[in-house]
Amino acid sequence: MAAVPLRRREGFRALLWLSPWLVGFGVFFAYPLLATVYFSFFNYDLFSLKFNGLANYRYFLQDERAWLSIGNTAWLVVVMVPAQVLFALGVAQLVTKLKSGVGFFRTLFYLPSLVPVTAGTVAFVFLLNPATGPVNRILALAGISGPDWFGDKDWSKPGLTLLAMWGVGNVMVIFLAALLDVPKHLYEAAAIDGAGAWRQFRSITLPTIRPVLMFSAVTGVIYTLQYFTQAMIASRVAAGVTDAPGTSFVPGYPEMSTLTLPQWLFQTGFRDYAMGYACVLALVLFAASMVFTLVLLRQFRGFEEVAE
Amino acid sequence: MRFVPLAAAGLAVLTLAACTAGKEGGPALGSQSKPSGTAPTALPAASIELWHGFSADSEVKAFTDAIAGFNQKYPQIKVKLVKGVQDEQITQAVRGGRPPDVASSFTTDSVATWCKSGVFQDLNPVIKQDGVDLSGLPPVVNDYTQYEGKRCVMPLLTDAYGLYYNKALMKGKQPPKTLSELTKLAKELTVRDPDGTIKVAGFIPSGQYYENTAGHWSAMVGAKWTNPDGTSAIGSDPAWKTLLNWQKELIDWYGYANLDKFRKSLGDEFSGKHPFYQGKVAMGIDGEWRVAMIANEAPKLDYGTAPMPVDDAKPDLYGSGFTAGTVIGVPKGAKNPEAAWALVKYLTTDTGALVTLANAIRNVPTTKAALESPELKKDEHFQTFLDIFANPKTSTIPAHVNSVFNQEALQGFVTSWEKGSVKDLDAGLKGVDKTIDAKFKLSGG
Repeated sequence: MAAVPLRRREGFRALLWLSPWLVGFGVFFAYPLLATVYFSFFNYDLFSLKFNGLANYRYFLQDERAWLSIGNTAWLVVVMVPAQVLFALGVAQLVTKLKSGVGFFRTLFYLPSLVPVTAGTVAFVFLLNPATGPVNRILALAGISGPDWFGDKDWSKPGLTLLAMWGVGNVMVIFLAALLDVPKHLYEAAAIDGAGAWRQFRSITLPTIRPVLMFSAVTGVIYTLQYFTQAMIASRVAAGVTDAPGTSFVPGYPEMSTLTLPQWLFQTGFRDYAMGYACVLALVLFAASMVFTLVLLRQFRGFEEVAE
Repeated sequence: MRFVPLAAAGLAVLTLAACTAGKEGGPALGSQSKPSGTAPTALPAASIELWHGFSADSEVKAFTDAIAGFNQKYPQIKVKLVKGVQDEQITQAVRGGRPPDVASSFTTDSVATWCKSGVFQDLNPVIKQDGVDLSGLPPVVNDYTQYEGKRCVMPLLTDAYGLYYNKALMKGKQPPKTLSELTKLAKELTVRDPDGTIKVAGFIPSGQYYENTAGHWSAMVGAKWTNPDGTSAIGSDPAWKTLLNWQKELIDWYGYANLDKFRKSLGDEFSGKHPFYQGKVAMGIDGEWRVAMIANEAPKLDYGTAPMPVDDAKPDLYGSGFTAGTVIGVPKGAKNPEAAWALVKYLTTDTGALVTLANAIRNVPTTKAALESPELKKDEHFQTFLDIFANPKTSTIPAHVNSVFNQEALQGFVTSWEKGSVKDLDAGLKGVDKTIDAKFKLSGG
């Protein structure tokens, strides 16, 4: 008979120990999520709240710019994230193979990630300026006529991808640690069995660094779904719009090619004050993150089974 | 599955920021019992905060000078000025329950939203209480400072838009009065290399060039933005088609690619490298404030000003133009609404204050008395804009809850149109209507 109160007491104690997390979960996750769902059924301009049923959702289906921004965000997830991960992995591989100057190159590749995002983005727009930037001048020396980068809707996202690859230092350092962690004797054994560089990479390196790869892919996807600052700044600098009172700025220059879903959400909520509709966009973003994350986790699980 | 909560938490922060409720605060304007009489000293001592959009040193100084005049009248009221404020900051401060006592905006874009949602207090009760006479305001100014019967802001100064032309490049020719004259002259004044590279443009017809917005241009053809019920009139008013067809013809004459390359090679609009100063552009649409800028940045420039050229079929529009201005009001929750209203009233109705500000910033004052004041500095260039402002046909973008959204929808369409991506103009303009009306419906229109 004494076991029940004891268990109850233990349960209570467990709850007590868990309470900081529970409070955090409630305040920072459960409440905002529920509130977002709730407000998505209302016409809410921050002052008055009026129930409007599914009108916000119906509007979403016909909002061309929302779909454009989803397309742009998807492009970044599909192209920019793999480019970042592969580039970081490649750089980390190279650095491990260096005979000397490891410290120097490690620092060199890591440094860009210390540059503030805003400064880095502004610098990149100037570097890639079609008329005065050094990149196109160097391309011109090689006889290539460089693109208009942030002024051309087909090149603005590749420009942002270059920027992301440049700032890949954090991921590279993690990959570097993971690569150095791969037991040397496995490579030696494989070499004796006649495995070439590619075979060694596929059968030893990749399976060993798999958790790190998964971590960087998942965090990369989540980060990219929320991609905001770089796109906003690059489009502003390229469009030549100053942030002066009286000027209204439309993100997405040129021709909506850099408009990402979080920017449209921000614009809708905090410029148009259509908070109810912004909540619908937030829920779409939330659902997209869940789907991408689940797909990635499943992919990697499959990969793990094959590897074993 | 460890990453699922991580993903969720990341977005939760985003959504938390997006969706939480606001609060009330401060006594409403006109709800307090009025001190007997209207003597300035009847108001209790207070210290109030005014947020404005001006940021250049000369402008800030002009504003400070105007406040000094107020302090002579109301020595017991201290005014703290905060410069460089944008509309979003005002709305968010009101929402956060810490609004300034007085706030001013450079644009009229937010007026409808502010009036409708109550971000700014309705001034009608105190206007009536104090017997302020608003009959001296032109109808267009009356329009852009109120929405659905609520007057939540007062006009402070205003901008008027017209045509600037470089006299040296014009070689004695008169400024164009109609769109076809503009096209003809623009072609004559353009200097091009045989390969089409533009050296000097007679007129840049691109909607992406500086002040060439659909809003400013609408005055040239008398185009209507909205129907009386708030829905879009863009697809049904033939004036827009006239405007866009005129624009496209000139763009095609230059070649879009040539014009685009030329436009991207030009200096910043708000710097001494403005192409108009450098003789790279012969004619352009600009605001009256350019007069003061030219005096500072290119004092040797030999130029003239004129009203905008107008639709050939509507010659009676000539002399009018586009206007929109700076507005000022008392936000909801202001701590000292009575003192705030005293300041707003002073700045917007006192002829001395308006003329001081107008002379320093070279903007157009809004009241009849200030326009006629002998103290108002005038020269031939500035006079053009005073006349445009006074013209009864001069128009503005009417107050609309989605004003900025509507302008962007049309501007985005103009960009695609001039590029040649739009095949059917009628269908395209109907599409703009659809976008605007869907949004209007969503906003509860």
